[in-house]
Amino acid sequence: MSAATTTMRREVPPKSGLRAFIDRFKGGDEIAHLITLIAAAGILLITILLVMELWRTSYLSRSKFGWMFFWTKVWDANFDDFGAAPFIYGTLVTSAIALIIAVPLGLASAIFLSELAPKKLSDIVSFLIDLLAAVPSVIYGLLGIFIVVPLMRTTLGPALKSVFGFTPLFSGPNYGVGFLTAGIVLAIMVVPFIISVSREVLMTVPREQREAALALGATRWESTWKVVVPWARTGIMGSIFLALARALGETMAVTMVIGNNPKITASLFAPGYTIASVIANEFTEATGNLYLSALIELGLVLFLMTFILNGMARLLIVATERGGGRPA
Amino acid sequence: MNMKRTLVVVSLLLGIAALAAAQGQVLLNAAGATFPYPIYSKWFDVYHTAHPNVQINYQSIGSGGGIRQLQAGTVDFGASDGPMSDEQLSQSKFKILHFPTVLGADVPSYNIPGVSGELNFTQKALAGIFLGTITKWNDPEIAKANSGVNLPANDIVVIHRSDGSGTTYIWTDFLAKVSDDWKNKVGKAGTSVNWPVGLGGKGNEGVAGLVKQTPNSIGYIELVYAAQNGIAFGKVQNAAGKFVKADLAGVTAAAAGAAKDMPADFRVSITNAPGATAYPVSSFTWLLIPAQIQDAAKRDAIKGFLKWMLTDGQGYNEGLTYAKLPKAVIDQELKAISLIQ
Repeated sequence: MSAATTTMRREVPPKSGLRAFIDRFKGGDEIAHLITLIAAAGILLITILLVMELWRTSYLSRSKFGWMFFWTKVWDANFDDFGAAPFIYGTLVTSAIALIIAVPLGLASAIFLSELAPKKLSDIVSFLIDLLAAVPSVIYGLLGIFIVVPLMRTTLGPALKSVFGFTPLFSGPNYGVGFLTAGIVLAIMVVPFIISVSREVLMTVPREQREAALALGATRWESTWKVVVPWARTGIMGSIFLALARALGETMAVTMVIGNNPKITASLFAPGYTIASVIANEFTEATGNLYLSALIELGLVLFLMTFILNGMARLLIVATERGGGRPA
Repeated sequence: MNMKRTLVVVSLLLGIAALAAAQGQVLLNAAGATFPYPIYSKWFDVYHTAHPNVQINYQSIGSGGGIRQLQAGTVDFGASDGPMSDEQLSQSKFKILHFPTVLGADVPSYNIPGVSGELNFTQKALAGIFLGTITKWNDPEIAKANSGVNLPANDIVVIHRSDGSGTTYIWTDFLAKVSDDWKNKVGKAGTSVNWPVGLGGKGNEGVAGLVKQTPNSIGYIELVYAAQNGIAFGKVQNAAGKFVKADLAGVTAAAAGAAKDMPADFRVSITNAPGATAYPVSSFTWLLIPAQIQDAAKRDAIKGFLKWMLTDGQGYNEGLTYAKLPKAVIDQELKAISLIQ
């Protein structure tokens, strides 16, 4: 809209050059245009610089390991042998666990808060949820160490083992720390994002949509699930991918509860490692050039993973858009 | 006219005074190891009070970062928990000298339900546990040094540091020295290694926390941290075959044992040092100083600080539970200060 206004203004017959410029300047359009353009270009520039710097400084590692970096399962600074496989695996597994827990939980709370709860309660609860989203991750890490880890070792772990122990996912020794614990802590961390954004989106669904569904004889739940939620689908997806982005990049809380062992193990009780954690753990004391370069390449891999997952998310949204729901 | 002249003279005098003050002020930037940070910040603070014209700004960003910043010339000197390797020294554009400052040590801390006394660990037992070849607490290698203790048949949970650290450097240096298996499989000492078994905890507090929470676990923590937090730990067998409980005197004894054949560049490992009272898992931590410093004021300030650190400065060590340097090492270092030019 701002662009349109600018062009319209430009079509006004020109006064003398400087005066016209000052006039436009006073109007604020030019300056707003300039400031927003610089801001947008700045973000793009930062991203490009970031990738370039990661690419440049990971040169040693890229030239030595090539594509094998993605498949190698060893991470050994003593013998200068580095591979990203256990870290990619750990990052994907913990994020997947986090989403499997957080999406149903977050979506259900968002639906309750926007559709069913009294407005006052909804406002109070969502204020608290927004506060949760601002809690520093180290606090969640402490929560993990003091509550989730002991719970996993003494209660939750043995219970899961007795029910699902026949599958490789829930067998093997249970130390309390590991993939599952990290996934649960991540789920607690990302659920506020899903609730907060989804609730906002659900509340923007026009009243007429609900009323039309009810008029056609739908129950309240049917109107919510079949009309309101599909209408808000794009926004809900957005909230989930925001949550995924946080889960992929989370460092501190994960490091505190995952066990920090670069192994690929089917058991969710086993200790693992994520890309963000290993960088945070080892960067300060990485003395060798190749070692440092390999850590930076891990950063590049994480960037790439986020990029690919985000792209897939966009495609998913486009694909589901065609299936109906909100009119284009 | 007269007024103007006075003004000019006064402002000139003020300018000269300001310039003189600025010239007398020496600001040194340093970066590196986190383990000695408490004692370093104490030293730099006390030294600044005694010599107001010298201010040292130390950032504890880790040994790796300290070495890199020194090589890049962004700091005046560095600090590291492990000595620089020959390769790193040859990559530097200028000569770098090592000066030991204080001593640190690692201790084994464990949590075995039903066992409350101090356990004795043979060198073989520690290597076996951390290699994953000794997997039960009642293994004969552990039991033979602890007669009378009722060790359970439970699986051992090994806990190590997940972050790169000087603590890990000391521990792995010791294991590599006492066990050929370790040396072949895991390799030389490192700030982070490819651990054959175990869980990683972040920082001393992370390892101590996991040990406390996990039944049948064992981990290594810094002596300073264990002492300050009242954490119980076991004895370790030294080169003389004696089981020694870590304390500051034992750590200094280890350094004194190693001082007899101290190399001229001070890059020495003192793990498993000779001497009946020497504690075997100890190490120096070093300041890394360029051999040539162009700026005369900075050079004098660094030399002055080193001299003070080796004499009066050592008096502050034990209050912060760092072990003092043995006298022989101090004498050798005082001579080495003249190498800075």
